Parts: sequence; structure tokens; C-alpha cells
Amino acid sequence: MSSETFHRTADQSARGAEHEPYLVVDDLTVRFPTADGLVQAVTGLSYSLAQGKTLGIVGESGSGKSVSSMAIMGLHDYKRTRMSGSIRIGGKEIIGLSSEDMRGIRGGDVSMIFQDPLSSLHPFYSIGYQISEAYIAHKKVSKSQARAKAIEMLERVGIPQPKSRVDDYPHQFSGGMRQRAMIAMALVNDPKLLIADEPTTALDVTVQAQILDLLQELQRDFNSAIIIITHDLGVVAEMADEVLVMYAGRAVEVGPTRELLTHPEMPYTWGLLSSVPDVSADTGAQLIPIPGNPPSLLDPPTGCPFHPRCLHRDKVPGDLCRTELPALVTAARAGHTKRCHLANPDQIYETEVLPEIAPDLVELVIEDASHTNAGEGAAPGEAIAPENR
Amino acid sequence: MTEPDVATAPTSAGEPRPPILEVRDLKKHFPIQSSGLIRRNIGAVQAVDGVSFAVPRGGALGLVGESGCGKSTTGRLITRLYDPTSGSMIFDGRDIAKLSNKQMLPLRSEIQMIFQDPYSSLNPRHTVGAIVGTPLRVHKVVPEKKVLDRVRELLEVVGLNPEHYNRYPNEFSGGQRQRIGIARALALQPKLLVADEPVSALDVSIQAQVVNLLQDVQREFDIAFLFIAHDLAVVRHFCPDVAVMYLGKIVEIADRETLYSRPQHPYTQALLSAVPDVKQAAIGGRRERIRLEGDVPSPINPPSGCRFRTRCAFAQDICARQEPPLLQIGKSHKVACHFASDLEEMHREPITLKLLGVDRSGTPVDGANPSEERVPEPGFSEDWTDVQTLRKESAGRAGTT
Repeated sequence: MSSETFHRTADQSARGAEHEPYLVVDDLTVRFPTADGLVQAVTGLSYSLAQGKTLGIVGESGSGKSVSSMAIMGLHDYKRTRMSGSIRIGGKEIIGLSSEDMRGIRGGDVSMIFQDPLSSLHPFYSIGYQISEAYIAHKKVSKSQARAKAIEMLERVGIPQPKSRVDDYPHQFSGGMRQRAMIAMALVNDPKLLIADEPTTALDVTVQAQILDLLQELQRDFNSAIIIITHDLGVVAEMADEVLVMYAGRAVEVGPTRELLTHPEMPYTWGLLSSVPDVSADTGAQLIPIPGNPPSLLDPPTGCPFHPRCLHRDKVPGDLCRTELPALVTAARAGHTKRCHLANPDQIYETEVLPEIAPDLVELVIEDASHTNAGEGAAPGEAIAPENR
Repeated sequence: MTEPDVATAPTSAGEPRPPILEVRDLKKHFPIQSSGLIRRNIGAVQAVDGVSFAVPRGGALGLVGESGCGKSTTGRLITRLYDPTSGSMIFDGRDIAKLSNKQMLPLRSEIQMIFQDPYSSLNPRHTVGAIVGTPLRVHKVVPEKKVLDRVRELLEVVGLNPEHYNRYPNEFSGGQRQRIGIARALALQPKLLVADEPVSALDVSIQAQVVNLLQDVQREFDIAFLFIAHDLAVVRHFCPDVAVMYLGKIVEIADRETLYSRPQHPYTQALLSAVPDVKQAAIGGRRERIRLEGDVPSPINPPSGCRFRTRCAFAQDICARQEPPLLQIGKSHKVACHFASDLEEMHREPITLKLLGVDRSGTPVDGANPSEERVPEPGFSEDWTDVQTLRKESAGRAGTT
């Protein structure tokens, strides 16, 4: 779905709201001119997200995951940023929108949760004031109504004694509570799209679990679309319906979560999976890091941006990886796209990568593969599966 | 400087190697002073309140817990960046808890630290050569002429280009900066490295590189690690022994296989169930997890009895009245909970009644002779009682009252 190119015609964008998913990002490109040159932060990114669904965006710092999401919020300085492509929220084009119109959307239909709650809350204003400010900006309500709403929201996100805490300042809250207060602020106008930029990175695991539970609950209640930006594949595995892996400003692999994490086909995704230890993995196994460092976006590598760090480059004939950018094409299985020249990634993953990173998962995957084959008959992966059984 | 075999402090037989560091009942209370002219002490933040553990020579002990549980304070106490309030720290046969700064100086070369943030822990106005070379100059381990050669050697060990000694920290990426910090810590060939969240500020793909580097230097130079982190998976990967801290105390300590597969403390169980798992994707949906409500209580005025009771789903009267001792219940497994059990058994039956001489509600029983109040030993001892026996003994005690 995400790989489809949406042809924009005047006719279609008028009817868009009915047919399109709630959020459509189409061929988004973001460039920042700097003193050192042009930073190619995001290049040709396309995806879409329906209401009630969760998209996980995974990637290292500098892979463009935050930049692309801030573009949806219209948070880039439009005088200094070069943006092209299209972002449509509920059928409405965001790129090129005046800052006044943007203000009407931001915080209302679309809102964002930031990584660091301490620096995203204003230290001089009380929590209650900051929440009701967002409410008053979008609804015609009195101050006392807004205050009541703030208390209700604080209770909704699980702050104890919200009536007495509503006048507290951010420094009087603990880290987890601040994050909750920020979620309350983001949700005060029942947004249809919520962007959570590393919502739990600064938090402990127990608090992280509370926040993730809260997000899922709220999604059930409001039927919001959620984008979770994270580098923790565990969070993605538990939260997202679909995953988008970004590298050097481009989407390199997109697919349904289960599909993508069990049959990844892009060496970068393999690297991400093999470089994090697992709480149940064999402790004797060495972690397999991705060699090298993320590339500079001032001067991204030619061809496949991942080729300087790719361990499987020599499996591609010729110099293809270095000279030609692979297109985002459909992988072996439906609904799954990847950007890689490798001809038989599924096989390489199952025979070379998986046995090293998770020997106990090999059986599971093969079992799973045979299961799908039995069920669907002519599954695309069948050509590979029998050799491994 | 001390011969290795001088470490004569009581060691546990289970340990293949004698401990290099034994910490006994270590406490750090930060005083809180009243405002006004006369600043009287009006309380204390009990950041670390009686922890005991041992780090085997060349081994690694992991310290995990939520923020504010005192794990970083423990690390700083061991490097003597803080002075302990009480307790002892036997390093290589010598108690370093009460040494003066001057006496401490020669020992500082043996205990080094790696910091969490590779941006703020390197002086931006010093070159890498100066940063890594300073410990060598301070301790005069090599003559001035050889410092540069040694710096180059160290940079090569941590996987940096040795010719980059002239560069400044801002010219390096986060992972490379952390390598500089590691090179600086290795400069004096320490016997113990305190690594305080060494990888949590780094990108995922870089984390693995640094963890592997730490494992390589550990093997190559036989360095013991106190590895402080909140990432349970990384700690499990790196450390054969793991201690779980909660509000200034160790609640459970065990070898990693036991701790991660059969945790006995409700807090450890909750902590482990909260870790998101990539493999969950193969099964789909989210796992059942134990929900911990609320936040960690303030260490200024910690709850009576068991400190975890305010968030524990299984807490009973006894938990408020009696503090559970850290009991050894397995060959290398200690737990501090009145109702220690596997999660499936729901923590119903107490195990500590006989030991403390109390009844089920925690009131002392007349005529009972509770075992001497004991400070937990740093290591693991050879004789221990398993949970079943303790439970039976406690049931007998409860019956007599």
C-alpha cells in the first residue's frame, strides 16, 4: 500500500478525503541549505496511514525520521527549508499551507509528543495552564471550562490527584509524569493523528510500559492514527501495525510489522536486528554490529546509501550497489517493499543471518513459512522455503 | 600494586575467581539542609542504603534498576567520587571506603570510570591526545617522551585511527567519542572499570560496536566491570552476575541465567515483563505484562519495611512492618522478599517468619529467637536454604502462634 504512487489530480484531491487513508505522504523531499552545503535530510519518502492504525518509523539518528514527521506538523521554517512532494492530512494538502492555516491544524487534528518532556514543557507555566492553552486555542471555551478539561485529561493519562496537581509546574513532576502531562496536552483536542517522536526513550522500562499501554488505550478510545518514531525494535514489535525503516533520508524497507520483523529483506534491517541483544538470547553469542558510521547527509554515498556498511555487497554482481540506487520494489511477500539489489535476500537471511542472531527463531520462521505455504498454496516465498526444510 | 593473592577477605566457594571488590553494607545519605542562616540538617536522601555485593576478578557485575534507585551513586562511591556515609569497600584486600584523598591517589589508577554521555565527559578544548594522555602524566606511568606513543597505542586498541590524536572531540561522532572515553579509562591499566550507562546515549548500530569493544578489552586486559545500565538486555549480554536495585537497596542478585529465567522478587518480575521484545512480532500483539502503578517513592522518606511494598501487588501486613533480609536461596541467588516465589505461585506463602521470629502479620513472637541481625555478605556462601525449606519453616512458625 505504502509503495503505491498516488497520482495527484485536482479531481482526486477534492474527493481524496473519502478514498485516501487519513495521512498520505507522497514523494516528500526535505533539504536544508547550510553553510556547509545542502543537507539532504529526506528524499522521496512515501507512505500512508489509516485511522486507528499505528506506523512505526525506525532508523538511526540522522536518518530523517524526525525531520519527515516534523514536516507533517509544519514545524520546519518554510523560509529556509526546501520541501517538495505532498503531505495530505484528511485530504488537505499541508505543504505550502500558510502558517496561519497550519496553526489551525497543528495541535488540533494533528499533534505531537516529543522525546524530552522536560525541555518541551515550558518551565514558567503550570501544567494545567499549558494544557488548557492548547484547548482554548482550538475550541471556543472559557478558562474555567478549559481548566476542567485539563483536570479531566490529567486524570485520563493517570496522574494521581489531578485536581491538586493541575497547578504544579513541570519540575514538580517526575519524568514519567511529565511525559504523561505532555501526552495529555497532545490529546486534549482528540487529534486524529498523533506523532510520538521517541516517546519513551528517556524513560525507564516500567514507565515505558505504562506509557505504551496508555497510547494503545487512547488509540482504542479515539481511533487515532499513531506514528511512533523509535530506534527500539522491541517497541515497534509490540505497538506498530506497519513498520517503515529509514536510512540516510530514504525509506529502505516497508511492511506489516510481523512480516517485516520475521522476514526482513534489507541488510540494514538485519543489522538493526542483530545489533541489539535480546533478553532471552544466548549470552555467549557476540553482537554483530553494523560496521562504520551513518553517512553524512551533506554528501550521501552514491548508489545504495547503505553500501559502504553493507556486509552482503559482494553478493550483488558488478558494482551495482555503488553505482545504482535500488528502487523500492515489492519483496518476496505481499505488502512488503524493500530497497536492495540482493536477488535472494530471504534465503541469505535464513541461512546466514538468522542462525547467528537467533538460532531458536530459525525453526519458528521455517515453521511459519511452511504454514503460510500450506495455507495459500502459491505464496511467493515458496520457491525458497523447501530448500530450507 | 597489591599482589593478587593478598585478597584474603572471605570469598564464596561458588565463585571461580576471588573477588577484586567486596562491598559491604555501603550507604550514602546526602544531607538536606534547611534554608536560612543556620543550615541545619533536616533529613537525608538515602540514595544508597546498605548494599553488599562482590565483583569477581576479571568478571562483570551488572547493576540494573530504574532512575533514582541509586545505581549511579553506587558507581560513584566505588570510584570515590563520593565519600560513603558508612560501610566498607574492600578493593584488592584494602578497605578504600575511608581512605583520604592522598591515600586514594595511587589506587585511582586501578579503578577507572566510563561515563554515560560522551559529549559532556570530554573536555572540548583538549585534543584527544591530551585527554587520553593526562592520566599517564598524572600517574607518571610512562616518561613524558613516551606518552604520545602510548596514546597512539591506546587509540588503536579502541579502534580509532592513532593519527587522530591531534583532533578535538567535536570532530568525532558519538560512538567514536565513547571510544575516546574508553581509551582514557584504559590508559592506566585498571583492574576495575565502573561503566555507568556506557552505551545508552549511542545509536543502536553503534551500541553493539561499543559493547563488543568492552568485551574485547575485558578479555584482553582481564579487567573487572561494574556495569551500570537500565537496559536489561545489554546487562544480560555483558554480565554473568546481575543485581537489581530498588530505592537504594539490592532486592535481588543472581547469576544471569537464574535471574532472567526464574526471578523470585516481584519487582524483578515486573521489570523483566516490561521489556519490549522483538520476537513478539512473530507471535503478534503485546505480551501480558505486570503493571507497576505509580512512581518510585522518594528516597528522602522511604516506605517502612519493604521499600517496594507501595507498588507491589502482593504486599501484606508483614511487608510494612518488617524489612525483608537479603536471603541466599540458591547457589548464586539472593532475594529480599518475604514472599519470594516464582510468578506462577503468586507470592502467597512467606519464607522469612522463622528467621525474623515474627508471625504472619509481622509482629514479633514472644520466645522466638530470631537469627542475629546480619549484614548480608558480599559474595555467595556455600550453605544456603532453598525457598521450599524456608517456606516450610515459616509455615511451622505460623502454626505455633
